[in-house]
Amino acid sequence: MVQDNGKEITLALKLRVWRQRRGQPGAFEEHSLAAVPTSASFLEMMDMLNEQLIKAGKDTFAFDHDCREGICGMCSMTINGMPHGPIPGVTTCQLHMRNFRNGETITVEPWRARAFPVLKDLAVDRSGFDKVIQSGGFITVRTGSAPEANSIPVPKVIADEAMDAAECIGCGACVASCKNGSAMLFVGAKINHLNILPQGQAERDRRTLSMVKTMDEAGFGNCTNYGECQAHCPKSISLDVIAKLNRDYLRARVKEFFSSTGKPSKGGD
Amino acid sequence: MKEAPAPMKLDPKTPAGPLADKWNLHKAKLRLVSPANRRKYHVIVVGSGLAGSAAAASFAEMGYEVSCFCYQDSPRRAHSIAAQGGINAAKNYQNDGDSVRRLFQDTIKGGDYRAREANVYRLAQVSVNIIDQCVAQGVPFAREYGGLLANRSFGGAQVSRTFYARGQTGQQLLIGAYSALSRQIGLGAVKMYTRHEMLDLVLVDGKAKGIVTRDLVTGAVESWSSDVVVVCTGGYGNVFYLSTNAQGCNVTATFRAHRRGAGFANPCYTQIHPTCIPVHGVDQAKLTLMSESLRNDGRVWVPLHAADCAKPAAEIPEEARDYFLERKYPSYGNLAPRDIASRAAKEVCDEGRGVGQVVDGKRLGVYLDFSAAIQRLGESEVRARYGNLFDMYQNITGENAYHQPMRIFPAVHYTMGGLWVDYNLQSNIPGLFVGGEANFSDHGANRLGASALMQGLADGYFVLPYTVTDFLAGEKSGSRPSKDAPEFQAAVKDVNDRVARLLSVNGTKSPRYYHKALGKITWEQCGMARDKAGLEGAIRDLQALRDDFWQNVKVVGTGDALAPELERAGRVADFLDFGIMMCLDALTREESCGGHFRTEHQDGGEALRDDAQYAHSAVWQWQGERQLPSRHVEPFVYEETSLSTRSYK
Repeated sequence: MVQDNGKEITLALKLRVWRQRRGQPGAFEEHSLAAVPTSASFLEMMDMLNEQLIKAGKDTFAFDHDCREGICGMCSMTINGMPHGPIPGVTTCQLHMRNFRNGETITVEPWRARAFPVLKDLAVDRSGFDKVIQSGGFITVRTGSAPEANSIPVPKVIADEAMDAAECIGCGACVASCKNGSAMLFVGAKINHLNILPQGQAERDRRTLSMVKTMDEAGFGNCTNYGECQAHCPKSISLDVIAKLNRDYLRARVKEFFSSTGKPSKGGD
Repeated sequence: MKEAPAPMKLDPKTPAGPLADKWNLHKAKLRLVSPANRRKYHVIVVGSGLAGSAAAASFAEMGYEVSCFCYQDSPRRAHSIAAQGGINAAKNYQNDGDSVRRLFQDTIKGGDYRAREANVYRLAQVSVNIIDQCVAQGVPFAREYGGLLANRSFGGAQVSRTFYARGQTGQQLLIGAYSALSRQIGLGAVKMYTRHEMLDLVLVDGKAKGIVTRDLVTGAVESWSSDVVVVCTGGYGNVFYLSTNAQGCNVTATFRAHRRGAGFANPCYTQIHPTCIPVHGVDQAKLTLMSESLRNDGRVWVPLHAADCAKPAAEIPEEARDYFLERKYPSYGNLAPRDIASRAAKEVCDEGRGVGQVVDGKRLGVYLDFSAAIQRLGESEVRARYGNLFDMYQNITGENAYHQPMRIFPAVHYTMGGLWVDYNLQSNIPGLFVGGEANFSDHGANRLGASALMQGLADGYFVLPYTVTDFLAGEKSGSRPSKDAPEFQAAVKDVNDRVARLLSVNGTKSPRYYHKALGKITWEQCGMARDKAGLEGAIRDLQALRDDFWQNVKVVGTGDALAPELERAGRVADFLDFGIMMCLDALTREESCGGHFRTEHQDGGEALRDDAQYAHSAVWQWQGERQLPSRHVEPFVYEETSLSTRSYK
């Protein structure tokens, strides 16, 4: 953003940033930044803060980030109490400083969730998500064994719906925003991506039961329909995926109950 | 003083036979490892992008013991995820005359005839298997109402062979490969080490037999022994500081291998992507790519007269606009290949006709205008095609591109150079294999759009599983060295010493200061246009900057916890050495080809190749600390391709 005189508009900010070492209690530290351009991204503002700290010979704040274009899912900050900050549908790396006011105090915290322990400062351990995927978030297909791509027609509406769910970037904002620390939006998105595709039918029940079990074991809480996850999801994944996860879970459990072996159904429909 | 390393052996091992049969004939001759023996071999895969994840999953499915390493917190974060546009495959679903041979010809021509013919042909061949594999994994590619796969034309191709998943094709393909990898992790067949950075390669008796990593969370430096090492750690675009690469992308893994003797091929081949959001200020850390698919419907222009540049676009009448790509390249127009479109944009900006904000005294931007497309198709159709890109643009710039043209400018995007590999993707170090962007093999001097995803997955799914197996068949099972071997202990000591040295300089300037200074030199002297004097100056400046770095860098943090500044410092230190090699490569390639444009070698602004002297890969050999590397060549043997001047006019 440029003023009429051609100079860039800048902000003076007060920052309250969480400082913590792994396994130890943490606390907020207060810092000021003098001239943050409104065109800068939130993480560029954090870079400026860290450069200022280096000049003073102090340790920088560790935070996770990588692609800085909203797709890798690595950035994770709770800004003024909101995961990924105040603007809906964007990640922290895509949040820009023009959304803040001159003189404002900004509070920056890590994801707060039992299943996401703090590694340092603003960086947390989200490996629970990977464990959930490892337990069933896939379609089993060995390299080289796939049939000709067009031999499995997928209706466009189904492909589009799968894609809507598959847009999840696995950032964990849903868990961080939920009072219960529930991962149902994340798991629901993956279930919706795979369970509605024709390719995903063979493992539909196994996948659902296994992922839900792992989700519970990884320390994520239950869903009680607050809806905060949907509100803070940077990819605007809809709460509908949770309803469909519940439906598929019930279906799989019923089939499991009535199956003679008591083991999860091997087949699909 | 150590004696100079032995000269490099560069045998491309291109199989005999007609081009179309080479891969099948070769595969039939590759040795196998019996299923019962495979678990006795340990395969290390470094990197978890498309090539790394696909390779690690495939090796584990075959029955090898696999360990996979990545610096991110999850393998799903690798920067392959950011590719937007699509993936090419010679399926010819559109019945528009595509074929394996045509995809091969486009790719080798697009690379300005500076890639190895047989590798490129194989890439085109296996492209069709990739789509099958990804669809079976549940990748939600775009479809037609009949349920079959949709295609689009992309990045200067005259057929529609690009498969895509909205503007997130890389994400969906990576999640497919990640899910295959995750399944193997869940089964215990792959041990995954996240937040681990490879800091050295371990050679035993001249073969790659392991790596040294640093655990980024605890700081622990550890070595890992294996029968083979596969490096898929991406490109080196961040040597320019500002690029479209992720912040963590680095050259360290490949450069550490280079220091251990691996040849680095064609580092000066870097791709500048024409459609990125222009630089907005000095504190910027990242440039954002707008998918090239936008050029399918957007028209690129600047004002005809420099005097109009400060005016809003709407106040410039049609007759005062210069649609320079359509003017210069009538048959390809706005879809001219990346290197050509980028240089054309630079040219008009250098003439003072750039638009947008003045940064550092210049307006560096051109318009990408959708008003004609909106008139022709309606805003809702444009929104359906590019909605997420328009949203992204608005979010970053605060401007609505439905109402005013986007502003774009070229930015560093991809690097075609990389570790030298033979036809088997094996480097000149036996047992070191290299896949994806980290190798140099398929794109020559310029990569065509939608070809990076194709190459990453081709290497990972359909090439490395065969060629690595052939190597392992020649290694006695159970023969891998113990981590107590002196080579491992020495490598761990080297890494620990280097970390300690970085932490102990205790100067005054941050690692980012040096990264920015490095980027300014490389971008200005080794960016879109290069010349002898500039490159010679750049090498001197980089040597001085390197000296300054080791005397004055300040690395805060401690070695026993998450220390982002220490990570950055180590990467910048390698980039400084690497940058010198890149400039030296650009200096010694006295021709223009693809993304390498030497102003001395041009024909009215078009790249002028010198096939008589430079139809070869330049392969650089490490000669020791503070020494310039030495240059070797692998001449290209074109059996079925005739070299022509690349014209898109």
